[in-house]
Amino acid sequence: MATRIAVRKTYKLYINGEFVRSESGRTISFEHREGVTHIARATRKDLRDAVRAAKAALLGWRARTAYNRGQIVYRLAEMMEDRRGELVEALDRANGRATSTSTREVNAAIDRATWYAGWCDKIEQWLSTKNPVAGPHFNVSSPEPTGVVGIVAPARPSLLGLVSTVMPPLCAADAVVVIASESDPLSAVAFAEALATADMPPGVVNILTGDRRELVPHLARHMDVRALDLWLDDARLGADAADLACANVKRVRRTPPRPPSFWYGDEPASPRWIESFMEIKTVWHPAGL
Amino acid sequence: MKTSAKTAGNGSKVKAARERVSVAAPPGPATSKWEYAPAPEAHDYIKLQPRYDLFIGGAWRAPKSGTYSASVNPATEETLCEVAEAGAADIDRAVAAARVAYQKYWRTLSGAARAKYVYRIARAITERSREIAVLESMDGGKPIKESRDVDVPLAAAHFFYYAGWADKLKWAFPNADPRPLGVAGQIIPWNFPILMAAWKIAPAIACGNTVVLKPAETTPLTALLLAEIVQQADLPPGVVNIVTGGGATGSALVKHAGLDKIAFTGSTEVGKEIARECAKLKRRVTLELGGKAANIVFDDAPLDQAIEGIINGIFFNQGHVCCAGSRLLVQESIHDVVVQKLHRRMQTLRLGDPLDKNTDIGAINSKAQLDKISMLVASGEADGCSRFQTECALPERGYWFRPTFFTGVSLSHRIAQEEIFGPVLSVMTFRTPDEAVEKANNTPYGLSAGVWTDKGSKNFKIVRELQAGVVWANTFNKFDPTSPFGGYKESGFGREGGMHGLLPYLEL
Repeated sequence: MATRIAVRKTYKLYINGEFVRSESGRTISFEHREGVTHIARATRKDLRDAVRAAKAALLGWRARTAYNRGQIVYRLAEMMEDRRGELVEALDRANGRATSTSTREVNAAIDRATWYAGWCDKIEQWLSTKNPVAGPHFNVSSPEPTGVVGIVAPARPSLLGLVSTVMPPLCAADAVVVIASESDPLSAVAFAEALATADMPPGVVNILTGDRRELVPHLARHMDVRALDLWLDDARLGADAADLACANVKRVRRTPPRPPSFWYGDEPASPRWIESFMEIKTVWHPAGL
Repeated sequence: MKTSAKTAGNGSKVKAARERVSVAAPPGPATSKWEYAPAPEAHDYIKLQPRYDLFIGGAWRAPKSGTYSASVNPATEETLCEVAEAGAADIDRAVAAARVAYQKYWRTLSGAARAKYVYRIARAITERSREIAVLESMDGGKPIKESRDVDVPLAAAHFFYYAGWADKLKWAFPNADPRPLGVAGQIIPWNFPILMAAWKIAPAIACGNTVVLKPAETTPLTALLLAEIVQQADLPPGVVNIVTGGGATGSALVKHAGLDKIAFTGSTEVGKEIARECAKLKRRVTLELGGKAANIVFDDAPLDQAIEGIINGIFFNQGHVCCAGSRLLVQESIHDVVVQKLHRRMQTLRLGDPLDKNTDIGAINSKAQLDKISMLVASGEADGCSRFQTECALPERGYWFRPTFFTGVSLSHRIAQEEIFGPVLSVMTFRTPDEAVEKANNTPYGLSAGVWTDKGSKNFKIVRELQAGVVWANTFNKFDPTSPFGGYKESGFGREGGMHGLLPYLEL
């Protein structure tokens, strides 16, 4: 019997709930064990489209109940579970061979999504206070989303790192634009396909692949991006981004490279990571006749 | 009124100012003119030294730079005393003292022991409250009734509140291991000198950090008095260091390699520079920056209370308030009546001697700030907005600005976008709640906002949609140590006050 000719996938960007090629038509060749794949190489224009989509999605995403957002994020975990084979294969391809590490990573990523799904309707309670002010006033403080969060996902572990950095702002009701691992982008595209079937409103999560040196400065200087989560191996690129971010007082989390084991530990599951992309609002009202 | 006697010979200046006024609204019914006898607060017991050195390592040290600059009373333009200008070498010494204090004393103390020291400071501020209030009004120009009833009691309350947290940090952050950061550099502005010093120092030292605080160039005196209190409270030397000076001193502090954290309150412009510097140094930073708060008045608002809230929102502390309600958004249907009531109420504001207990509007903090306010008001006129000012007379000496509002302001005007930091209100209108929110959020700032409506559900909805760190609903400019304060967007990040105010000074 003749060998079956495989149908190969076109790897695209995920912007505003749609899979699109880069407006420039450019790609990056990515060699793996089954041949060569062409990954979309996003441009500044693609990035701006993604930020615009994220900004537009913010109000609707936040207007949903926390319960509903939790259900959608949980649905995302379901979709990932359903596509676990595909996710494992994407990691295997990038690694050049099938390994148990891929399975372990996918399991951890799905479990992390499930963990964060449960935080959606708890974070506000956890961070809120009723403040006993010395006067006839009702006074409460509670967290609200920061806005559009730009994420540069860690290079490795590409899937677990991506999921662990996208989930906290999602739970905060932020919208995100994430630049996926450059060295290992295949699983990010597979993850986008899970997102697309998870009832996630378009624009809430936008995933770009491409050259980080090209994209990061534009993400860092975009005035509609309110916060940055930078996981860059290139310290210089990170420093430049942190500097550009000051133009509109972005909240910046810049973390030096961590070993893969870090991502399997407790820290990336800390609800303080959600808090990093929230703002505390304090409200006063007189209490009296 | 005390000031009218002083300015009897100054009629031509007053008249000239009146002629420039374009009447924004028909004046309301004539208000009865009350004359108040002068009621000056005694200040003869304030004994200032001719010269103040730097408070470093628990002792007063002459600046290595050898330079001193004058601290001026903005209400009289008289020099109160000279204050040291710390140079890079002095900052070195202060940071070193703070580091030694952190490692040798403060870090090793129990939370309960730290708490007792901080409680001592709180108590001492209360015990010397009148003295601090008078000095605050002399140095900064704010009315004594504000420094006496707001700034100083709140400063004491902040120390008292955070003292209590010092031995309870583990309960504040369950499932975490809260630890101090080390040495914090803190830079504060001139609008609330003693209060900002309290907001900065109290949570920092309660959490186990040591600090180097730089007060503002024009208002260093109450911070120096606080240094004396710290000394009298027997805090270990170097836990609190106070270095005076201007922008160069602040810059040297921000750039100092020996710090673990910077906390800054001031303008957004300087804040961005500090953020850049801290990004370069990979240093933790929290920023409390400028604002351009919208104060939204709906047609179903309790109008008389709203008028008081508008007045308080923009004229409290001469409008030198980062969270001032400087943009009044009035629903179109009630615009005329609001403007008329505002006009009438403003005429009753008494401007003059900050030390007079009846004074509502004190002196503008400095000549530089007066120039900035005048420049922006001129831009409002050039943009074609209608200006209204009260007709009060201004004292002959000192820096003063009449309570002012503009009508016919649109979003693109400079007076609707830029922080004036003075007693100047820009009035705009809206038709629908959505438009109100849209306009309120149309600013790079996000520090505070006000909403006036008697309809509960509308109030909750608008409060939720406003992008601001503090929202006052049917009230304005309220502060409390238990209540977190801080900005969204370009108004900075990090909170001061409440349990959230501990986070900027802890590693979890």
